[in-house]
Amino acid sequence: MVKWNISVARSFAGRAPVETINMAKMTPAAGKPGALPPNDDIGEAKRLELYRLQVLLREAEQRAFDLFLQNQIKGTSHLSLGQEAIAAGCAAAMQPGDLSFCTYRGHAHTLARGVPVEKVLGELMGRDNGLMRGKGGSMHLTSVEHGVMGSYAIIGAHIPIACGAAWRAQYKGASDVSVCFFGDGTTNIGAFHEGINYAAIHKLPVVFVCENNLYMEYTPIADVIPVKHPAADRASAYGLERILIDGNDADVVYRTMLKAYARARAGEGPSLIECLTYRHSGHSRADPAKYRPEGELEKWKQRDPIKIYRERLKSFDFPDETMAAIDAEIKKIIDDATTACQAAPTTSTDILFTDVYADGGWAWRN
Amino acid sequence: MAELTYRDAVARAIAQEMTRDENVVFLGEDVAKAGGVFKATVGLLDKFGPKRVIDTPISEQAILGAAMGAAMTGLRPIAEIMFADFIAVCYDYIANEFPKTRYMTNGQVGCPLVVRCGGGGGSRFGAQHSQCIENWVMQFPGLKVVSPSSPVDVIGLLAAAVRDDDPVMFLEHKSLYAMKGEVPDGEILDRLGTAKILRAGTDATIIALGMMVHRSVAAAEKLQAEYGVNVEVIDVRSLVPLDTQCILGSVAKTGRLFTVEENPRVLGWGAEVVSIVADEAFYDLDGPPVRITTPNIPLPAADQLEDMAIPSVDRIVATIRKSLSA
Repeated sequence: MVKWNISVARSFAGRAPVETINMAKMTPAAGKPGALPPNDDIGEAKRLELYRLQVLLREAEQRAFDLFLQNQIKGTSHLSLGQEAIAAGCAAAMQPGDLSFCTYRGHAHTLARGVPVEKVLGELMGRDNGLMRGKGGSMHLTSVEHGVMGSYAIIGAHIPIACGAAWRAQYKGASDVSVCFFGDGTTNIGAFHEGINYAAIHKLPVVFVCENNLYMEYTPIADVIPVKHPAADRASAYGLERILIDGNDADVVYRTMLKAYARARAGEGPSLIECLTYRHSGHSRADPAKYRPEGELEKWKQRDPIKIYRERLKSFDFPDETMAAIDAEIKKIIDDATTACQAAPTTSTDILFTDVYADGGWAWRN
Repeated sequence: MAELTYRDAVARAIAQEMTRDENVVFLGEDVAKAGGVFKATVGLLDKFGPKRVIDTPISEQAILGAAMGAAMTGLRPIAEIMFADFIAVCYDYIANEFPKTRYMTNGQVGCPLVVRCGGGGGSRFGAQHSQCIENWVMQFPGLKVVSPSSPVDVIGLLAAAVRDDDPVMFLEHKSLYAMKGEVPDGEILDRLGTAKILRAGTDATIIALGMMVHRSVAAAEKLQAEYGVNVEVIDVRSLVPLDTQCILGSVAKTGRLFTVEENPRVLGWGAEVVSIVADEAFYDLDGPPVRITTPNIPLPAADQLEDMAIPSVDRIVATIRKSLSA
């Protein structure tokens, strides 16, 4: 049995466990100086994958933001800028066939499963090349072929839904794990309690990932919870281990998820993992985030997950050129995707009436 | 052919479908060991075991959410929400999740599940355990809504609902659980979206659902016997899909339309039926369409109050007589 203990929260360098939101105690940027140790559990290829994923998520979200400002994307959007280590670490630890259940802040989790940038941007732009040809939009990104089983815009609704997918896996004897992402604000809604209780009593193969970015929409989470840590401090209510990790360190996230997924696959039940992080942008497109104390954003930018990871790779003697090549590759992917979306036709209005019912149409009467 | 109660028909229908397809699973509060608070699912746990027949916590959101996640990924869940009134605490799944997922995902994700619940008055349970909720659930594109009035329809329509690839609300009526009816042996499978003419007539058309079907038939018999008025009674059975052709055909024949609805008046299903008839068969009408409903009040508990609120045989007879003689 995989035994949880607080060591999962330790930084790669083996510093003190993350126990508070005091950033001084959080993971240092760099690992031990020098080359990768021979017994390193993550390895060179996975580290480059984690770096590449984080840069991809950062650049794709930044592009989405820019396109909004240019009015090429309508509606709303909820960006994950600053939270990339969680999406990258969780996805990099998954196996093909594992299922992701995302929230309305779901671009990063969708892209991290390998969904092409063009399909995501196309969806945001209402183009025919979009993931759902514009029928879902930013808050409902879904790509079943990549295991992205939907992005849910009603807070907490997908927690029981992820339980149901995990129940199917358990019932069928399948080995896939359902991974359910949500924010700190979700821990105050009824479906959170109902779903996690349900998963715990049935030992379902589901992993609940709470991205605690310190704000539920516009309100500091501390103002609306009676405990310090919205998910971790409530885990014991469901008989689950208290797991609190540094969500800005992709290595920590990756290692934690590997254990949680293994535990789920082994029939040992769900995990509830709180990842401490910070969103660099406001809650949504409409939010300039003026409620943040002065200097808070700047402090967290010192702990930018990509900055941390770049320094980590440098400290392991990864050459600058390697990272520069990845950066350039990602930039080209994002630029090409943008160009393709701008050139793509807008969605045909023919699909307005399709797929309401399983017969493909919308007729509710004869 | 055997005589079966409406409640036993529920268990038989679920057993029929669980035997046919191992992907059919059943979950709800007190449904397994206790056999359901209405005793409509007795014996299923013994027959199919705890892996397929599951007692849940009092967590309506977990019940419907789990059913949805399972349905999205390959199972065919039947979820019970005990009293229909409790749909209100898990309404997000009915309103936002089940019916929209296929559309929002451009057809990538389906949601083939059935939600069963017991609704309706007559049990003196008061305002939070007696409602008919058809008008809560028929407004969502993507959702189907069925309500059987007899044991044989329970089996045939529930089987059709389980096999349907869309989410289906299956609204049973609590006051019908004890009713008996003839049920053929062997597999029974009906079709959603088909109304049934229970009594042919020439002078007026009654469209009814659930318990109101029985009161409407009794009213029609009384109108025939005592006043010589020949009323056609249609059991709608399925609000979505709605068999409008059956309704329009009947109105073309009789020239008069009455809906008999147990729900409170405002935005009841009958309003939609009347609207369709007004739009598409106005010149077939010889008089105004009339809706016979529970008044727009919460349901009271005491016998004499509840009886007065819900349309009775006498009220149906009196309303139709008055309208036809106006």
